[in-house]
Amino acid sequence: MHEVSLVHALFDQVDRAIAPHGSKAVRILKVRIGDLAGVDAELFATAFDGCRSERGYVAAALELVTEPAVWRCAECGAEIVAGSVLRCRSCDGEARLAAGGDLILDRIELEVADV
Amino acid sequence: MCDVCGCGDPHKVTLEVHASLLSDNDREAAHLREHFVGSGVLALNIMGSPGSGKTALLEATSRALAGRLRLAAVSGDLATSLDAERLSAAGVFSAPITTGSACHLDAAMVHHALHEGSLAAAVRGCDVFFIENVGNLVCPAIYDLGQAANVVVLSVTEGVDKPLKYPVMFRKADLVVLTKVDLLPHLPGVSVSVIRENLARVMPSARAIEVSATSGVGVSAFLDWLDARRASSKRA
Repeated sequence: MHEVSLVHALFDQVDRAIAPHGSKAVRILKVRIGDLAGVDAELFATAFDGCRSERGYVAAALELVTEPAVWRCAECGAEIVAGSVLRCRSCDGEARLAAGGDLILDRIELEVADV
Repeated sequence: MCDVCGCGDPHKVTLEVHASLLSDNDREAAHLREHFVGSGVLALNIMGSPGSGKTALLEATSRALAGRLRLAAVSGDLATSLDAERLSAAGVFSAPITTGSACHLDAAMVHHALHEGSLAAAVRGCDVFFIENVGNLVCPAIYDLGQAANVVVLSVTEGVDKPLKYPVMFRKADLVVLTKVDLLPHLPGVSVSVIRENLARVMPSARAIEVSATSGVGVSAFLDWLDARRASSKRA
């Protein structure tokens, strides 16, 4: 289950991003999981719950947003329906994944003593 | 101060990050890629289910090449160095990566292996470096290891539906090697054309070759692919 390593990678990024702000009181982490990112949202959430206290983020809530896969023709840009043959119906161009392939930390909400 | 929702809370700071959780791995992989390309080595990430025939394909490749290309490999497994021993016996300079509980290789593990013993020197002096991943059709797919191409090994005994069930793995494949084709007469429910149709639904540039490591059928097609990849990476 690679979700545990990914959760540790998430906390590594959070550690670095919040370091200049002098607080570890993260309230919300917003993470985007693409349908073809190779990550199971439920397992990711379970791994998050299992790891957050050891990483010092006991009060952090995880907000997961899933992103559908969108395939487009690399030549003409026409959308190619996921699940169909990955060639463009109009120009026979090759498909490329336009969205839904990534696992992204979008936003951190942090509580600080004084700004 | 929070200016996202407009509440103006002075104790709330919002940081917009928009970065991939794999960015540390990707940085390490870029470093490895630079090293492989700079040494003129074709690095390949060999993935597939446990028992799909990854090691057997590399053994058959080494036998068929008969010394024409210099080969090196690392083999990732949760336990044992059995695959690395098999590859060494087949004439491939080989080292194990024992992952313990990790279900995949990441770029840091490959980098670490290159700093052990004489693997780095062997890789610098080789033509093709095979990174034989942990047997698993799920987790290895998302980790860049600095390879020039991904090869997914799929045995016909796994049935026709695996491309549809594991789309992330096949999306990343540059080549699928269908192995154990000598067993097709014993598999009435398995049709290579159906596997190819399913690959076309998940693999943008669907390319598959049929191989039997036992009989040697199709191994030459894999060698041709290796030669073509080596030639195109030299031109790049």
